[in-house]
This record gives sequence, structure tokens and C-alpha cells, in this order.
Amino acid sequence: MTDIAPAIELKGISKAFGPVQANKDISIRVMPGTIHGIIGENGAGKSTLMSILYGFYKADKGEVFISGRKTEIPDSQAAIAAGIGMVFQHFKLVENFTVLENVVLGAEDGWSLGPSLRKARKELINLADEYGLNVDPDALIEEIGVGMQQRVEILKALYRQADILILDEPTGVLTPAEADQLFRILQRLKAEGKTIILITHKLREIMDVTDTVSVMRRGEMTATVKTSETSPQQLAELMVGRKVLLRVDKTPAKPREAVLEVKGLNVTDDKGVHRLKGIDLTVRAGEVLGIAGVAGNGQSELLEVLGGIQSGEGSVKLNGAEIDLTGRHSDGQSRRARGVAHVPEDRQREGLIMNFAAWENTGFGYHHDDRYNRSRLMMDNAALRQDTEEKMDRFDVRPPNPKLAAKSFSGGNQQKIVLAREIERNPDLLLIGQPTRGVDIGAIEFIHQQIVALRDQGKAILLVSVELEEILALSDRIAVMFDGQIMGERLPDETDEKELGLMMAGMTREAAAAQPQNAAQEG
Amino acid sequence: MDVIPKWADAVLVPLISLILAAVLSALVILAIGEDPVAAAKLMVEGAVGSTYGWGYTLYYATNFIFTGLAVSVAFHARMFNIGGEGQAMLGGLGVALVCLYIPFPHWALALPVAIIGAAAFAAIWAAIPAYLQAKRGSHIVITTIMFNFIAAALLNYLLVGMLKPSGAMDPATAKFAATTHLPTFQDLFSWGEKPVFRGAPANVSFFVSLLACVAVWFLIWRTRLGFEIRAYGESESAAKYAGISPTKIIMISMIISGALAGCMAINNVMGEAERLVLGSVEGAGFIGIAVALMGRSHPLGVLLAAILFGFLYQGGAELALWTNIPRELIIVIQALVIMFTGALDNMIRMPLEKIFLMMRKEGAA
Amino acid sequence: MTIMTKLMSAATGLALTATAAVADPAIIFDLGGKFDKSFNEAAFNGASRWAEETGGTFKEIELQSDAQREQALRRFAESGANPIVMAGFAFGSALSEVAPDYPDTKFAIIDMVVDQPNVRSVVFNEHEGSYLAGIMAANASETGTVSFIGGMDIPLIRRFACGYAQGAKAANADITVISNMTGTTGAAWNDPVKGSELTKAQISQGSDVVYAAAGGTGLGVLQTAADEGILSIGVDSNQNYLHPGKVLTSMLKRVDNAVYKAMLDGTDMETGFNVMDLSNRGVGVALDENNEGLVTYAMLSETYAAADKIISGDIKVHDYMSDESCPALDF
Repeated sequence: MTDIAPAIELKGISKAFGPVQANKDISIRVMPGTIHGIIGENGAGKSTLMSILYGFYKADKGEVFISGRKTEIPDSQAAIAAGIGMVFQHFKLVENFTVLENVVLGAEDGWSLGPSLRKARKELINLADEYGLNVDPDALIEEIGVGMQQRVEILKALYRQADILILDEPTGVLTPAEADQLFRILQRLKAEGKTIILITHKLREIMDVTDTVSVMRRGEMTATVKTSETSPQQLAELMVGRKVLLRVDKTPAKPREAVLEVKGLNVTDDKGVHRLKGIDLTVRAGEVLGIAGVAGNGQSELLEVLGGIQSGEGSVKLNGAEIDLTGRHSDGQSRRARGVAHVPEDRQREGLIMNFAAWENTGFGYHHDDRYNRSRLMMDNAALRQDTEEKMDRFDVRPPNPKLAAKSFSGGNQQKIVLAREIERNPDLLLIGQPTRGVDIGAIEFIHQQIVALRDQGKAILLVSVELEEILALSDRIAVMFDGQIMGERLPDETDEKELGLMMAGMTREAAAAQPQNAAQEG
Repeated sequence: MDVIPKWADAVLVPLISLILAAVLSALVILAIGEDPVAAAKLMVEGAVGSTYGWGYTLYYATNFIFTGLAVSVAFHARMFNIGGEGQAMLGGLGVALVCLYIPFPHWALALPVAIIGAAAFAAIWAAIPAYLQAKRGSHIVITTIMFNFIAAALLNYLLVGMLKPSGAMDPATAKFAATTHLPTFQDLFSWGEKPVFRGAPANVSFFVSLLACVAVWFLIWRTRLGFEIRAYGESESAAKYAGISPTKIIMISMIISGALAGCMAINNVMGEAERLVLGSVEGAGFIGIAVALMGRSHPLGVLLAAILFGFLYQGGAELALWTNIPRELIIVIQALVIMFTGALDNMIRMPLEKIFLMMRKEGAA
Repeated sequence: MTIMTKLMSAATGLALTATAAVADPAIIFDLGGKFDKSFNEAAFNGASRWAEETGGTFKEIELQSDAQREQALRRFAESGANPIVMAGFAFGSALSEVAPDYPDTKFAIIDMVVDQPNVRSVVFNEHEGSYLAGIMAANASETGTVSFIGGMDIPLIRRFACGYAQGAKAANADITVISNMTGTTGAAWNDPVKGSELTKAQISQGSDVVYAAAGGTGLGVLQTAADEGILSIGVDSNQNYLHPGKVLTSMLKRVDNAVYKAMLDGTDMETGFNVMDLSNRGVGVALDENNEGLVTYAMLSETYAAADKIISGDIKVHDYMSDESCPALDF
């Protein structure tokens, strides 16, 4: 190519975990001063590759060159020494330390903290000026928003003189506005000569900010292309290995009577924090109500109260009859008896028991059903297994082995098991949270089709998702939540990501126009 | 996903642990100038070489089965019941009160009532920490440990005071009536000329403990309650999602656990001592933790582990009888086995996983 | 060293019988272990002395659990050990069951009576020795208050206290006797810190002579008494040497002698009820160069006279264990 040495060059990297080949003979060249995207489905091996680069894992085979020099990276200290900085998906910050203390942590000079901190403060201000990374050095981490926390992570890397910055799914926790700000920062870092590797599974981000993009599928690098010479459609095909439908085909909804009517719903958690503040909403039979919002703005609590996991105050009517929100009949069993099915946001923590076999998970939550029990005491394990086999067949769960533990299935197949369990019950109301989080594109298609099919059968569906694309594709009406409140409702045809994004940050369109730059940070 | 096959996890890991413990024990014995091979022979012969030895081994094993099952049931709900010791003490009190104050015509009648007495007292004792955990969030490990001390103090008070016959020196109750005497293995199996299990304390309680194993297996893997207990243990958030009440599971699993620990008293109090002596549990409640860990909280595993520990106890007694190995070192040997099988599990498992991986790779290549 | 030899002397001069036992004797130590600085250790010392003097060997076991009592008895009996000696009342019920099964084996039990033809039951009249200790204490006291610290609160220890109180009151009818027990469990035998606290408490109540019958706990009592400048009385073995000039005397209970004697007698051991009292030097008070300066002639002659009268039957020291009550002391 050129005679400039690549900032990073990986040659023939392979890594196996037991029988799983996470990385297979991967070679990649990242040129200095570029933003290089790595895209792939969950489990494609992106994170493993970056962990090898950052010294968390040792590659079974292969070589790493940094700026043309062969470099051994046995641990993260060596990675830092080689000028690599990493911003993790889950921040590694000490919550009750200040920004400054977090930046210095682990990079102190000498035994006395004072001089280090003074030096760091000066440097921090310089860095912030240089790259537009404004933060208050004395703010406590727990008191600043996620967008700010991410900046602290970036500052930490820069403070350690990183020339190469790796960001792992950086926008998962950000509002669209915050994400845009992040990308502006990345552009500025690039302009200053830094090299950036952006790991993501979102096609839009790749198209927006990267110069080159590498696609990974099942541990292999399937292609590296210039971003300007590719299209989302082509990237999706490279990721999945076949043609995929990026839009959901559906007919206009024919909503009927109201199934779920929520009025003035309040939730206060154990710590006394007011999580839901007077929620009003209605879901009718035969429609999907999508709830958009940045994670942590009360959507989870809404699903939990309706699903009987948390108690709340206010009025919730199901098919016209009031349901119990605090008393004996406020648990999941009672909700199921009333025709509410619930696909929870976090299938690994709630929807499934990862160490249970698939057949045990099929009965989970419905284990009181007569058909799964032989007597008042004894369960009918054979009936459960039989039922699971049928469900696995219908929902195309692979491998179709009811005896396999839930943890042994891929994310998409896990979600299919949950979906099969909840949908097959023929519920009046389906609560579904993050239906495609961590699910591969192929399975996303299938799950979306199932949701639309259920709607067309005349069921009421309450959909919560942090993926705006998904909300826009599936919903018949969209409600945006911010800080425990509904900011407003929109019809999908009459709005766009930009407007929804502003509402998710707690603003109306008018307010946003007045103050376009920094307002969304603290969301 | 599982790196080691199930059979290796269940058999190979404990086996290697045992071998390591044995090697270390041998070094210890060698270091004090005794012959480890002779010591091992002595232990094996003394513990399983005669009906007499088995009679002691199974007697100890019966205690450990009950306490091991107790820890297992609670552990399926991820409740770490460290209070087996105190619960067994209270079980002993239940047995003693039943046997002292109800005139039974025959042991066959006394046994079920004693079981109920033991289970009820111990279950109540376990239910208090369970309630504190479920309703107040007081950590079960801390409260059950504390309740061991309270139980010891309570028994001390009762046995030094009102339950001790006047003039007796021992802090112990009077001897139970002869009609509550549980048939020992000697009573049961000595048909021929020569008595078998002579003088050994193993008694019908052993069969009760076997029944308890079956019952626990059925409870955990066949009943709806067991399903809920396991579900809660695997994931509290998932259990809540499914509408399983954490309070109910914590209470029920701890009550069952306590009752099982208490049932140990029919063996040591009713079957062996035939009176309630202060300190009669002698650490069996704690051994139960090791037994449950080693037995992977499965009743069959608990049974085998309990017999192993019974063997260690009886073998240790034989060592104390016929060698100059001091008592303290015998405890060290027993502790080595507990440490290797209970606490240092991963030390064995991780290298084993590597070996299996290598084997698999070679097989694939 | 000379005066009390009548009451106390080691069993010397006993010729070794040539017909040495074919079988080794055996000894079983209770749960406390043989190095408990108290009862078990005294028994161990007796056995060791026998082994040293005769060149013989003995089998031994320290129990780990209650279930092992009967087991150890049977295993030793089956292996041909004879006689089998055990120290502690806790063996009572096990021995009464095992002894009939092995009529050819001789057993010796200390501190407990087991009525079987092949059992020697050795009991000590601790109240007699304690009575003498009481007389000495009352004579030595300047404040008119003496005290007692027991180990575990059992009738056996109350018997010590009761004899002590009777002796003190016999010597001085106006004397005040304070009594405290360390605890109610086995741990009370080995809690010198608590012993020390009790001693200080008793000093603050006016006591200037403290008698400790508390095993290892007593070491704390003697130490504190010496530190605080009051007198103390040791127990079981001669503890005068621990704090020379500060320990008034020691109430001797020769468990070691009982063990030694049983082993020496071997298979020819006579069985039956064996009371160790003043007359056969089983109990007594110790006099040596360490407490010479503390014992006055008057004190000594009074003690001496009382001992004679007890032996002759003129003085009956009330035994607490005969009716669980004490005329001289309220518990």
C-alpha cells in the first residue's frame, strides 16, 4: 500500500477457548490517523481480538506489530506501554473517586500522591482543551452522566499517552445526541493524529464515522473495505453470510379495544429513588406500542411492575379489570394467570436460568400449569421435555436438544426459547424488552416476524427497546420515556430518529434548537 | 461448553483431591517417624475390614449424611447454612424431651415421634435466621453461625440446670427408658453364633438416613417445590420474574435443611448415647458442609462423601488406638481431606480442564 | 519437707513383682487431651512414672468423640490390654456396659464408682484434704475473709469448696468464705484469664487467701494472687513451686499415684471400691521449702491435729456429694 508503517498490524492471529475457535487466522492493518471500524455479530470474535491486542488473552498463534515493530503484549501494562488505550463497554471507574483521581489511578509517580495529582490536573486541562473533552476534574464519577464517564475513560487512555484508542461498543449506553458528540470527539482525535479502532455492531455508526471497516463472522475476518466504497446492505450480508431483510414487512395495524390501561403509575425503589413518575399509557389489542428511551430512564421498572416483579402505585387495568400492584396477587404467577406474557429485557438474568436445561426453562414460570404436573407435588418432566421438543421445532431453535443447558445456546437461540415459551401461551398482552439485544441479525429477522405475527393475531404488545431503529421498525405508536416520565407519543411515520433522540434526552424540539451543543451530555 | 465431561467432574476431581490429601498425609506421618503404609493399612482395616469397623464407620456416616443433606438442600437455594451444628443440638433436645417425657411401649413407636421432635426443634431453630434473611436481609451465614453459639449456650443452660438429674456430674440428661433403645446393627444382624457389629453404635437410624437421601433426591429433582428451590438458587432475579416468592423459598428450604440437621440426633442421641450429653454433636454440623461440597449437593454424592468421612473418623480412631500418632495430627489428616475436597476444588479442576483440552485437541488433530 | 511426710509421700519402696504382666496396661484420656495441665495430665504423669520405673510400655488414646469411650474400652480389652485405666467420671456409663463383657480384664476408673466385679473404682475424699487447706487458710488470713475458685460447676468441685469452708470455719467461726465457679462447661478448666478476674473480684471483697480447684484456670488464680500480694492454695499436684513464698500450700489429689498404683498392680489388681483419703495419703496438703516461711507452728499443729482426728473418725467432714448440700457454704 503506502510506505508508512501501519499503526497496528495483526498477522495470523488465532485463539481457541476449548472447542470454540474464537479467532481464526486473522490479519488486519490499521493505518495511523484513521478510524477503523470492526463490525460483526455478537460472538463473532471482535472482543476476543481486541482483548488479545490489549493483553488480556494470549493468542495461540500469530504476531502483533505496533508501528511496524513486532511487539509482545503479555498483559495490559505492556499494551499501555505500547501506546494502546482501551475504552471498555462497561467502564472501569471507581464510583466514589473524582475524575482526576480516576485518571491518575494506576499511573501515579512515586509514593506521594500530591505531586502526581497536581501534574495530572495540568495535563488533564491541556488534554481537554486539545481534544474538546471538557470535564470537571473534581466531580465524583457517581455524580456525572454516562457520556461524561466515557470521556473520563478516554482521558485516562490519553493521559497514559495512548496513540491508539480502542472503543468497544461505545454507544450502547449513550443517547443519539451523546453518540454524535462522541463521534465529533473521535474525529478530532483523528485529526490530531491518533488511531482509533471502533468496535460495534451498529451499521449506522460504521457508515458515519469510519474510514475503513473490517467485518468479522464466526471468528474470521471476512472482508476489509473502504467505508466510502460499501453500503449497509453489503456489510450486513458480509456479517451474516446471506441476504438479510433490514426492514420489517408489516401491514398497518388494526387496533381494537384497549387491553392495558395504565394511569398515574408510580414506582419508588428500595433506595427511595422515584423511578416512575405518573405514567399514563394505553395498549390496544392488535397494536405494538414502542417505548423508546436511553437505558435507565424507567423502562425497565415499567416492564417489571407490569410483569409482577416489582410493586408500584397507581392504576393498571387489564381487559378493563384492575390488577393488584402491591398485594398477594402482584407476582409473576398472578400476571400470567391474567394473560400477561413477559419477555424480560435481560434474558440471562431473568428470562432463563442459564444452568437449567432447555426443557426446564420451557416450564419456567408456568411450572404450575396442569400439563406440566403429575400431581400436586410432582412435576411431569417427560411432558416438559416433549413440549420443549415441539417448541424447539416450531421456533427453529438450534441445536434442537432439550437437554442442553440454556447457557450452551447462542443469544438468538436463547431468545427464541424465551419467546417460544411466552408466545405459545396465547397471551392477551405481551411485554417484551430489548427483544434483539445480543441477538444475531439472522435471528433478529425471525423475532421481528414473530412479534408482528402476534400483533396480527390481535394481541396487545408493549415493546421496550433502546434501539431506535427497532422501535421505528416495529411500533405502531411510539412513546418516549425520560427520567421516569413519558415525554410524549409519536406515530412512526410522523417522526424521525432525530426528534426521538431529543425527546430521549428530555427535550422538546424547540428547546433543543436553542441550545444545540452541550445540553444532551448530562442525560 | 463444559470443558470436562460430567463423569470426570464427579469422579476424577474428588479422586485426585483424595490422592493428593493422602500423599500429604503420608508425608506428615513420615515426618513424625511413623510408617504411612502401615498407618493406611490400619485405617482401612480398622474402618472397613470388619463388621465392627463398618459399624463405627456407618455410625459416623449417618450423622454426616443428615448434616450433609441439610447443607445440600439449603445450598440448592444458595443459602449457605453454617448452622447445622446448632440445629443438630436443638434436634438432640427435641429427641431428649420426647424420649424422657413420653412413655413409649416400643422403639418402633418412639422413633417416628423422636424424628418429629428432632425435626421440629431444629426446623424452628433454622427458621429464625431464615426469617431474618428473608425479611431483614441479615446474612444467613452470619446469623446461622451466631445461632450455633446461642444453641450451645441454651443447651448448656438446660443440661447444667433443669435437665440434669440431681447428683450427676456430667452435664447430661438421665438415660432414656430402655423401650426407646434403637436396635443396633448388632441387634439386627447377629443371627449366627458369633455376634457381628459387636458393640458398634450403628443402628436403624442409618436406614432412616438412606430414606432421607431418597426423599431429598425426590424433593429436589421431581417436585415443583424442588424446581422452585433450584430456580431461586440459580438466579434470584429469574425466580422473581417467574413469580417465585423469595421469602417462601428461603423459609422452606431452611426449614427443611434445619429439620434434616436435627434428625442427626436420632442417631447420636437416641441411637448411641441414649441420653443427651453436652456437646454431643461434636462438629458433625461443620463436617456436613464439607460432605455437601464434596458430594456436589447431590444425595448420592452426599451418601458417598459421608461414608468417606465416616471412614476417616473411624480410621482416625484406630490410628489413635494403635499408633503413637498424636490426636492433633490425626485431625490434621482429616482436615487435609476436607481442605482438598472442599475448598481447593478448583486447584484440581483447572489443571484437569487443561489436560482435557489438550487431549481433545490431539484427538481432533 | 519433713513434717508432712506422714500425710504425703510418694509410694516408694514397693518391690517390683517379677511376675510382670504378659499384657500391657492401657490408659484412656478424656476429651480434654493428656496435656490439659490438670486431671488428664496427672494421670499421664502417673502412667509415665510407671513406664520409667518398670521399663514397661502402655497403650494410650486421647478421645475425640463421646462415641469413642465404649469403642476404646472394647478395643483395648479385645487386644488383651490389662488393666485398662481411665481418668474421669464421664467414663462411668460406658464402663458399666463394657466391663461385664470382658470378665477377664481388669479396669480402673478414677473419680467414679462403677459396681462391677472386675472394676476398681478410685475415688478421692477431696473434702478431707480441702478441710485441711481451709484450716491453714483461716489461720493465715488477716482480713477474716478467704475464698474459693472452682473450675466447672459440678458436684465434685462443690465438694472441694464445701470441705474448704468447713475447715476454715472450724479454725475461725467468724470467717467469711467466698466461692465462685469459673463456668459450667469443660472450657472452665482452662480459662486462666477468667480465673485472674475472679481472683481480683474476690480480693476486692476482702479475701486474702484464695484456693483454686480449677485445673488450668488455677494457674491464672495463683499468678494473680502472687501479683496482688495475697496467698493462694494450689490443687491436685504440688503447685507450691510456682510462686515460692506466695503459695500457702497445695491440696494434693494424687491421681498420678492412683494410675501408677493400678498399673503397678497389673493383672493382679484388686478390684472394688478404693477410697483415697488422708489415711492412705491419697489426699493431703503439701509442705516443702517453698512454703516453709508461710506455715507457722500453730497453724501446722492445728492442721496436724485435725488430720489425726479425721483419720480416727473424731471429725466427720461433710461430703457435699452425699446429699448435695453444704452446711458451711451456700452455692
